[in-house]
Amino acid sequence: MVMAQPEVMDAPDLRTLSVAESIAHLKEKFPDAISNDTREGYSGVIVDKQKLVEVAQYVKETLGYDYLSSATAVDYLGEGNHSTDHLEMVYHTYRTTGGTALVMKAQTDRETAELPSLVPVWRGADFQEREAWDLYGIKFAGHPNLQRILMWEGFHGHPMRKDWKEAYYEEETKPFGSRWPGGHVHRAEEKTIFGSNVKYPADLDLGRLADISDDQLYQGFGMGVDTHQMIDHNGMETDLLVVNMGPHHPSTHGVFRMVIKLDGETITQLEPVMGYLHRNHEKIGERNTYLHNIPFTDRLDYISSMGNNHGYVLAVEKLMALGKKYEPPTYRAEVIRVLMVELTRIVNHLWAIGFWMNDLGAFFTPVLYFIQERERILDFFEATAGSRMMCNYMRFGGVFQDIPERMHSAMNLINDRVRDTDSMKFLTEMINERIPRTIDELDEYLTNSEIVKTRSIGVGYISPENAINYSAAGPLLRGSGVAYDIRKAEPYSIYPELDFDVAVEPAGDMYARYLVRLNEMRESVRILKQLLPRLEYTKGQPVSDNNMAYSGKVPLGESYGRVENGKGELGYYVVSAGDKKSTANAWRYHVRAPSFINLTPLGLMCQGGKVADIVAILGSIDIVLGETDR
Amino acid sequence: MNGSGFIKGMFVTLRHFVNSYVDDVRYGFRKFSPQVDNFELRQGTQAEGVFTVQYPDEKVAVPERFRFVPFLVVNNFDHASDPGKDWCTSCGICAKVCPPQCIWIVRSEDPTTGRPVPEPEAFFIDIDICMNCGFCAEFCPFDAIKMDHDYELASFDRTNNHVFDKPKLSKEMRYWKSIAPTRAVEEMQVRGGWEHKDAQKAERRGGAVRGKPEAAAPATAAVAEDASKEAKREAVRARKAEAEAAPAPVAEATPAADGGSGAKPWTASHDENEKRKAAALARKAARAAKRGEG
Ligand code: SF4
Ligand code: SF4
Repeated sequence: MVMAQPEVMDAPDLRTLSVAESIAHLKEKFPDAISNDTREGYSGVIVDKQKLVEVAQYVKETLGYDYLSSATAVDYLGEGNHSTDHLEMVYHTYRTTGGTALVMKAQTDRETAELPSLVPVWRGADFQEREAWDLYGIKFAGHPNLQRILMWEGFHGHPMRKDWKEAYYEEETKPFGSRWPGGHVHRAEEKTIFGSNVKYPADLDLGRLADISDDQLYQGFGMGVDTHQMIDHNGMETDLLVVNMGPHHPSTHGVFRMVIKLDGETITQLEPVMGYLHRNHEKIGERNTYLHNIPFTDRLDYISSMGNNHGYVLAVEKLMALGKKYEPPTYRAEVIRVLMVELTRIVNHLWAIGFWMNDLGAFFTPVLYFIQERERILDFFEATAGSRMMCNYMRFGGVFQDIPERMHSAMNLINDRVRDTDSMKFLTEMINERIPRTIDELDEYLTNSEIVKTRSIGVGYISPENAINYSAAGPLLRGSGVAYDIRKAEPYSIYPELDFDVAVEPAGDMYARYLVRLNEMRESVRILKQLLPRLEYTKGQPVSDNNMAYSGKVPLGESYGRVENGKGELGYYVVSAGDKKSTANAWRYHVRAPSFINLTPLGLMCQGGKVADIVAILGSIDIVLGETDR
Repeated sequence: MNGSGFIKGMFVTLRHFVNSYVDDVRYGFRKFSPQVDNFELRQGTQAEGVFTVQYPDEKVAVPERFRFVPFLVVNNFDHASDPGKDWCTSCGICAKVCPPQCIWIVRSEDPTTGRPVPEPEAFFIDIDICMNCGFCAEFCPFDAIKMDHDYELASFDRTNNHVFDKPKLSKEMRYWKSIAPTRAVEEMQVRGGWEHKDAQKAERRGGAVRGKPEAAAPATAAVAEDASKEAKREAVRARKAEAEAAPAPVAEATPAADGGSGAKPWTASHDENEKRKAAALARKAARAAKRGEG
């Protein structure tokens, strides 16, 4: 295993300190900059913003918290147990050798809203800080490219601030009073056609949008280049040009854009542009009750909705466990959860590899072979959860319902008999025969194919140090030889008792990521095989003792629940704050989206590559725009 | 040998290609004959080769738990005492638990006492907004709202067709039994019978069905009671008609002001829609002018 070990090795013991010891050590080292976060249900330290960079550097280099998992902002405005109004950045840092998080917070008042940027420490903070600037208006001093990332530059205000109200705004939180008992229906768009807050920043020149030259279009990326420039490479002349790829490009996996600066065919700079699918999922999530959010998480990475559910319920369950009335999930519920997320992982990787093959030019033949098994897995999801993709299956303290006796259908359609099989028989056959057969076939089909190898070996390289530094996650990180898998590093659910290995490949290129996905599917099958007997002997245990009534409340505090999803580390940062003992609506609901953060190193991986490889490199990261743009 | 991996891969393609015909031969081309149960061959767990379904000529059956836009359970239309009675008591739980808040319920009130009556006067679901999550069905304490299996709801006119009202949402108990036989039986066991919870309770108490204490009255009084019931119904109807006739929110009104006036845009006539459109355009122009000044 290749580890990123920065050179500072004079105090190796500091890298093994527990989180509590680390905090104590930090306090000794920076006596006036660090204070404990003493708010009810909170953990971690509050760092003085003057010293933030220094402390972060120390935490990373000396204490060994080399992986910045999530950096996000919270707006504390109004009453509650957070008496002063302020903005807060929350950083979750981990060691890539495993263990729990060291949480750092930096506070600033809402008016100046300025904090030092941590990009010099962790490059992974880049997009996340841009997001915090975009949505919260926190200015990061020293950020190399602080501009909006999800909203367009003509957007007025910072939408995640608590005092910002969206078009068709009704009430601060759901449920809305207008629905019952006097629920006379209206359509929001009939009530007000443009919404009531369509505003533009005062200095925006709308005329510019109508008639815009190429130079202006790319200026924002520091790429305002003269497209007629020629470069002389020892007698061979190349054009210098800027290519705008997307947002409506079939191989960007959705509406996604890349601005690419080319020297001939060689990429010299690449900037991803996203946000076309932005719907402010997090704002919706803060209007929602805790329960309401579960089906919304399905819509993030819509290929693996079960995994999305899992991360979210884990985060909220952590908070609920702070209170008195909380029943953890039964063993069977945990088994079913793991069963579902492992099946989802297989689905995800089948898609990922299949679409990556599309990007390499093997148009749809491989992907259609693979997704036959996906269809069957989705049949099972449909029979169990009620929907193929938008599963909405997990609940706080359990799952929606047990696996049905039979994959039954009563509708009098022609194919009744076919689908009316015993669910366990179906699962057994899938896990023991069909899925392994498909994976083997995939292996036989692609792994040794010279075309695949030629296209992918050595392309899209990222070193282990960079992968960690850029907060890459999932197959992207493990494909660079960093054996970091949350199921092992900070185990949750019943993973500790399951026998499986972390798939890891040292090469750091596209082919390595492919191999990681392939092996990960095999490991998933291994897990699934261990689940079958567990499913048998837990039969009859309850699984859906809902802890939460329709209006359930959650004790005050913060929590960060993270799972290893198909695309990487999916984390949910949930804050319950208010002036009561518990709340019905999340004060802060943040999604650490792997698809989003994994794009941070895209520019780096493409640099020096050829223009034809961009699509394949993007495909090898495996993004879903529903999650990237949120 | 260079290229051997690739050739091996091509054999996989070839195998798939051949397999897509193997079933044909194996089953004597029955796969494509229209009447036979050919699904078994194509979609069964043992199937090889071609796998797809010729929708809409063939449809894949949906499992029992499949969920699509909800419907309201009502008594069977040939029910002995209360044909077509709503099971919904307008408790409002589904409206509160609905994540995108697409359920709108008007609770009935007793016209004389003004007290709430456990029966919705109106019930709307905006199916464009419904995310088919199934929470309403999961949390309804009266088994009164259930997820449907009918997924073919597309229409050419979103504005007029996609807010489902009570008549459109209501389906007989019998229908629920037919689409979800096991689930319906489980629920019946929890309730203790096929009737609505409240109806059973009332029966155990020895008489009245919820909201209708009259039903238990002695036969001689029954006629009079019926009359009074009829009068009440009349009153409700009148009130409804009034609400219907109330002027639609006129376009000149400020946008956010017409909250709960009871007007239903999709029932508005063509003229009214036109008026609204015109007013909207006027507002747009006014705003644009204002922006221009600023
Ligand atoms: S939860 Fe059930 S009974 Fe209550 S209003 Fe909704 S449908 Fe009616
Ligand atoms: S299915 Fe979900 S979104 Fe649709 S009406 Fe029911 S609760 Fe609302």
